[in-house]
Amino acid sequence: MLNNITMGQYYPVDSKVHRLDPRIKLILTIVFIVIVFLAKTFAGYALIFAFVWMVSRIANIPFRMLLRGLKPLRIIIILTFLLNLFFTSGETVWVQFWIIRITKEGFLQAAFYSLRLIFLVLGTSLLTLTTSPVSLSDGIEILLTPLKKIHFPAHELAMMMTIALRFIPTLLEETDKIMKAQMARGADFESGNLISRAKAMVPLLVPLFVSAFRRAGDLAMAMESRCYHGGEGRTRLRVLKITRNDWIACAVVALLLALIILEGIFL
Amino acid sequence: MPIEVRHLTHCYSEGSVLRTVALDDVSFTINDGEFVGIIGHTGSGKSTLVQHLNGLLKPSSGQVLIDGEDLNGEHVNRRALRQRIGLVFQYPEYQLFEESVEKDIAFGPKNQKLSPEEIAERVRYAMDCVHLDYDKYAARSPFELSGGQMRRVAIAGVLAMKPSILILDEPTAGLDPRGRDKILSMLEELHQREHVTTLMVSHSMDDMARLAGRLLVMSEGKVVADGTPREIFAQEDMMTSIGLDVPEAARLCARLRAKGYDLPADLFRPEELREHLLRLWKEGSAC
Repeated sequence: MLNNITMGQYYPVDSKVHRLDPRIKLILTIVFIVIVFLAKTFAGYALIFAFVWMVSRIANIPFRMLLRGLKPLRIIIILTFLLNLFFTSGETVWVQFWIIRITKEGFLQAAFYSLRLIFLVLGTSLLTLTTSPVSLSDGIEILLTPLKKIHFPAHELAMMMTIALRFIPTLLEETDKIMKAQMARGADFESGNLISRAKAMVPLLVPLFVSAFRRAGDLAMAMESRCYHGGEGRTRLRVLKITRNDWIACAVVALLLALIILEGIFL
Repeated sequence: MPIEVRHLTHCYSEGSVLRTVALDDVSFTINDGEFVGIIGHTGSGKSTLVQHLNGLLKPSSGQVLIDGEDLNGEHVNRRALRQRIGLVFQYPEYQLFEESVEKDIAFGPKNQKLSPEEIAERVRYAMDCVHLDYDKYAARSPFELSGGQMRRVAIAGVLAMKPSILILDEPTAGLDPRGRDKILSMLEELHQREHVTTLMVSHSMDDMARLAGRLLVMSEGKVVADGTPREIFAQEDMMTSIGLDVPEAARLCARLRAKGYDLPADLFRPEELREHLLRLWKEGSAC
């Protein structure tokens, strides 16, 4: 009933990309975002597309899976396209009637900005599809460690993320169960106007919150009884190591960056 | 309202790699006024089965007929039917949400669009059924009650709809012996007084030995045995082979028989075993 949330879902296959160090993958993703913003021409975008396609092949991820990440953002992408299409001034007029005026420049800019959005989503989906949530938050924690000097709670933040991710399926299951239980008592979640539907959510949300708080209490108790006391002096089960493949990945992305910068200068 | 289940099959995650068959060609009929126990190992399909019986899950194939009417037929008012088939889920206390016990129990009748007087009457009736004192508990918040009391409030919430069929999924799971005993005697009383058709899913063979007039044994999505407790519990080998126990009394009886004591093979209630043992003892016929 409720399990089609695709954006940022881990795709569990084994590949060279999956095995990359999460820290490296995070940094490379940030570099990728910068690259997307640096690209000035459609030629540059072609290059970026080739890169994304290549990575998805190496990662054994069907391109279709990658495109599914765009679905939740389709409205924003379409809106970006339309706004740029109608409100960009230009010389070469293609269509004009009433207050609508579509120019060649407008069309190119609209296409360019929506492609930029699409690439941003594809690049970050590559990260989340190939990195399990646990190793992702591991990577984030290590990258944020330097900030501990200014009392930034890096470990706590990563732990919170891990726990939140861990409980998404549990809470979905719980929601499903409570929904069914209330339906068995004649509750109606599907019909009626907006207000009566919002009211119908009360019998669902109250038990859900109660159980979430109860679970949180239980979990805190279980963690404390196993001597958890925050990040200080804590060692890790999986020690992250940079391998040859990580250096190769860095080199490939550096090459892409160089090409895009050159493209910006010469084209 | 007899329930007839015909060749019911249910698969989870149909059409994906995770496809699992939870129910595999299940057929049986339950007549009015019966008290049927459904027993089976974890994952044998019990919970999936009971959710089909009031239309919360749709069968992959097969039919569920209530009073001769297909529950998943096109012109069936499923919400109305659902209210005649009371389903109490596992750990029903987690569905409580109102600020007072009274309001929570009234949720079902309110959804039935009954008059306020009728609703008030139903709440009193349901609280009486589960042995909760109206004057003492009606105004209290359900969240400050004990686990056993919360469960009884939740069961009252279903009873208040006056269902003709009552289905309970593990009503005693996680309760202490006293809470368990209260729920069981309450169900027994309800069945005897109102003749409500009752289906109870349970792990506990001792609960079943006490209440059920008929048992359905499930294993790996199939009904593997259907009969009176006496017939079922005499087959200890079959029960062990699918990972189930027989009641303590039946096991003790089988062990004593193996040692040569003259006892009938089909004892399963503690009281009847005691009677036979006392008889043997008086006769002084120990070996």
